[in-house]
Amino acid sequence: MSTRRMFLSALAFGVATAGLIATGPASAKVEGDTIVLGSAISFTGKYSSNGIHAKNGYNLAVKRINEMGGVKVGGKAYKMKIIYYDDESTPARGAQLAERLIKQDGVKFMLGPYSSGLTKAIAPVTEKHKIPMVESEGAARSLFSQGYKYLFAVLSTSEQYLASSVALAAKLNMKKGKKPGDITVAMAFENDPFSLDVRAGVVEDIKKHGLKIVVDDKLPRDLSDMTATLTKVRALKPDLLVVSGHSKGAATAARQIKELKINVPMIAMTHCESSKIVNKYGSSVDGILCPTQWSETLPNKDSTFGSAMDYDKTFKATYEGYEKGVPYQSAQASAAVMVWKDAFERAQSFDVEKVRDALAATNMSTFYGNIKFSPAGNNIAKPMFLRQIQDGKYHVVAPLDKATHPVEWPRVPK
Amino acid sequence: MRLFERIIMLDNISLLGMAPFLNVQLLLDGLLIGSLFALSAYGLALVWGVMNVKNLAQGDFVIMGGYIAVVFARNGIHPIIALPIAAIVMFAFGWLLYITIIKRVIERDLFTSLLATFGIAIVLAQGLNLAFGPDVQVAESGFKTLVLFDGNVTVSQAKLVAFGLAAILAIGLVTFMKKSRMGQAIRATSQDARAAKVMGIDTEKVYAFTFSLNAAICGAAGVLIAMVWVIQPFFGITHSIRSFVIVTAAGFGNLPGVIIAGLGLGAMEQFSGFILGAEFQQATVVGVLIGVLIWRQVQQHKHRQVVQ
Amino acid sequence: MIMNKYTLYGGTLAFGIFAPILFPAYVSQITVLWLMVVFALTWDIMGGQMGYNSLGNILFFGVGMYVCAIVQVGLHYDVAEYTAFSGAVQVHFTTSQYFSGLILGTIAAAFVSSLVAVVFGWIVFGLRGPYFAIGTLGVAIAAGELMGAWDYVGGGGGMSLPGFPGESDGSAFFYVIMFTLAVATFLFLRWLYASRFSLAINAIRDDEEKAEGMGIQTNRYKTVAWSISAFFLGISGAIFGNMTGFIEPLEVAFPTVTFGIFMVLMALLGGKGTLWGPVIGAILFHIIKEITWTYLLGWQWVALGALIVVNVVFFQQGIVGWVQEKWPEKFGIEVDEQLGIEEDSQTETAK
Repeated sequence: MSTRRMFLSALAFGVATAGLIATGPASAKVEGDTIVLGSAISFTGKYSSNGIHAKNGYNLAVKRINEMGGVKVGGKAYKMKIIYYDDESTPARGAQLAERLIKQDGVKFMLGPYSSGLTKAIAPVTEKHKIPMVESEGAARSLFSQGYKYLFAVLSTSEQYLASSVALAAKLNMKKGKKPGDITVAMAFENDPFSLDVRAGVVEDIKKHGLKIVVDDKLPRDLSDMTATLTKVRALKPDLLVVSGHSKGAATAARQIKELKINVPMIAMTHCESSKIVNKYGSSVDGILCPTQWSETLPNKDSTFGSAMDYDKTFKATYEGYEKGVPYQSAQASAAVMVWKDAFERAQSFDVEKVRDALAATNMSTFYGNIKFSPAGNNIAKPMFLRQIQDGKYHVVAPLDKATHPVEWPRVPK
Repeated sequence: MRLFERIIMLDNISLLGMAPFLNVQLLLDGLLIGSLFALSAYGLALVWGVMNVKNLAQGDFVIMGGYIAVVFARNGIHPIIALPIAAIVMFAFGWLLYITIIKRVIERDLFTSLLATFGIAIVLAQGLNLAFGPDVQVAESGFKTLVLFDGNVTVSQAKLVAFGLAAILAIGLVTFMKKSRMGQAIRATSQDARAAKVMGIDTEKVYAFTFSLNAAICGAAGVLIAMVWVIQPFFGITHSIRSFVIVTAAGFGNLPGVIIAGLGLGAMEQFSGFILGAEFQQATVVGVLIGVLIWRQVQQHKHRQVVQ
Repeated sequence: MIMNKYTLYGGTLAFGIFAPILFPAYVSQITVLWLMVVFALTWDIMGGQMGYNSLGNILFFGVGMYVCAIVQVGLHYDVAEYTAFSGAVQVHFTTSQYFSGLILGTIAAAFVSSLVAVVFGWIVFGLRGPYFAIGTLGVAIAAGELMGAWDYVGGGGGMSLPGFPGESDGSAFFYVIMFTLAVATFLFLRWLYASRFSLAINAIRDDEEKAEGMGIQTNRYKTVAWSISAFFLGISGAIFGNMTGFIEPLEVAFPTVTFGIFMVLMALLGGKGTLWGPVIGAILFHIIKEITWTYLLGWQWVALGALIVVNVVFFQQGIVGWVQEKWPEKFGIEVDEQLGIEEDSQTETAK
């Protein structure tokens, strides 16, 4: 073999070593008097609108906490700061970026991405490196069955989202004299962990009440078109239409329901608020049922933001474009940051293991709701609510003890 | 849950039987969008037939054209005006690609041209992703929706307009190929390049022109697709595969065949999306591709046997 | 010359053994490097040695990944329930359960992938040249989509794999496995390329009709070659799935436009049809990829795509090919001074 070849290989290895050294890790968890948190989140791609809602929530909480004196550990006051990367709504990229945040940027405290799919991809990374992550946008139950010890979620899990709408459909239709087997349901879901989890919950409830499924479609990957489903809906005239496809899916559904003049007595969709369908489509979306993790009318409060209504006002004053309502995605993102502050202050340390244990012992009340983590990491102290769009406003209609308005049924398209 | 899905599929099929209007709707949608597939397939047939270059970046040229329309629409200009401009821009782009890259891969083995164009496809897709982001885009054309048959069938005006424009472009292309000098030169070169050279045709220029023409055709098709459908940086490869399916099924010189195959593919996609579900749409296209490839192979094998 | 050859072997081996110890922060990156070596070597069997340029070898990677995952979970829990999104069953794996699942899963991955190669080979081996390439590309793309529609394995939602047991994060373990796999693949191919098998597949590459005419049962050789590729790719997929912790059909298991095309690029870069070519190509490519990732981030993919074009257009013979052409004497190739004709370096199974 030639010396040239040997030289080439030596060159290759030399470059390899140099390359490895060049890509070395940088700063650590706490820089001076600033605690550094990290998050891979969707600024672009199909989840971008909610990614930005979540980012605004994270930033507002950081701003508020810093303004109010920061995080007090060991007699010193620390500010908080977040490093962001755009995961482009792609799970594989999210996992890569999480790895980068942890290994190259030295982040020790993570905030979650947007959507269950991305959280599912990133969780193994944070778990592998033993970095605690407080997430606020991944609701799929399958996230909490792996035995992850470093994952904590402030939101309620996904099977609770649309369950009450099925029960409502059953109740109202049976009152009118229909037999359960004649009550028909059409559904369209995105092919991702969250929506499939929601679907599973819906299917369970349908079976429980004995209703009939007539359309069971998956939305196309880019969530931009559901005419195939709506064509079937027009032909079959179901009693209930259920759609779950994050904000993009909700926006597409609302738009095409209006365009194709679809008339179904009850329509339930996830992510109504964050997709801003009231802004965009006005009165044509009246009557749609929307599950929500939080409402500004709820009687929660805390010392950082005040009441839920106070948070709503503060958020609207800080960010433009939220006049019609602050989406719950932002509220729960702020809550996640508050959980971190609370954990640091209880642990009185930045040692990762101590902080993790403090997180596991969280038991706090916030403007968002109560937060207490089960051993698996999900929040077991807060329920879901169902709201209906009535005259361009969201009103809580379920559970009945928190309802402010009765349900308007059947839905008449305007 | 698997059983559930199968039941739903049969339900979908029976739905088609119960409601004939659904068939009309799907067929109509399929034919209208299929015309756009046929357009870009024709471009591929040209390049393949004349230069033996199998352009895997075909779909990405289409998407590029689409983005030109999107930019125009964003700035308040109606996308139809973007059509000629996109064609010209893409023509120039194609010429540039030809002299830098394609020229050097024509003489080489077939895999080289495939791989080179695949590399170009990746660069284009990723570049568009950086420039425009991964969201799907539409070129807003402001066209309305027509309602036929008592509200059972809806046809978007945009799709009709696109179909019409595609037809006009196709007629224009055929006339060009038959009547103009360059068109005749292209046809001569595709039949026998050496003979054409001997006859005094500058084959280099013919090749460059053909490739650029293809890019222009794709750009035009892209504008139309952005108007009636959606575009996204990574949709290119599916469009490329569609073009390949059509050209492989119809053969190169066979324009009517390309049109029929294109329309047929469009209709097939709509029906399979309805019956099987949106998640199988790409798999259907690929399934058809494999089927066509194997069918072709069997045909050739039979031919070989007969000759022997 | 012998000294130089051993230096190459020794150098690689030393790097493989000592690098993780010297640079513990980069263990997972070097693990991926060995994965790339496996990718390039397995592609080259088909593309470089046999002339069947497959753009869809990533199919076996994904199949292996999913088969292993199904076995790992399925041995102890109902997979459909696990991925069912409905109360998703709580899982916990003991150390012995994890490792037994991993071993069995990997073996299953290897054999199922080979079987898939046999089946698909029967379908697509009738196609020649670019049709084969496009056909395999289509199959890999469709596989990703179909897997995304299969609810048993979680569909588009993907599937989480069992976590590595104990305190360690498993990176050292996976490094050793992947390095061993790369070495095993290399040694196996070295043996294979010295055997008559390689003569047969080279004959197929050079002129398939003639080979058939000479009595070589081309279909059998094609199938065996692809099964060998599939075997090693399946194992690599199983390991990679476990390293990643969460698998998903389109981005992780069947990434046709990234890993799928990298396979080809690496072999071309290093020099296809040679033994060390793919290895060198893989190492160089991986380094370039890591550096562009660190410094270019968003532009990484554009740069890599451009690299393909440049490589294919201007540098088709790859590094090894280029070296062989410049200094042919070192490879035992005779240059006939009178005729001025060089022996075609590609047909020499040089090491």
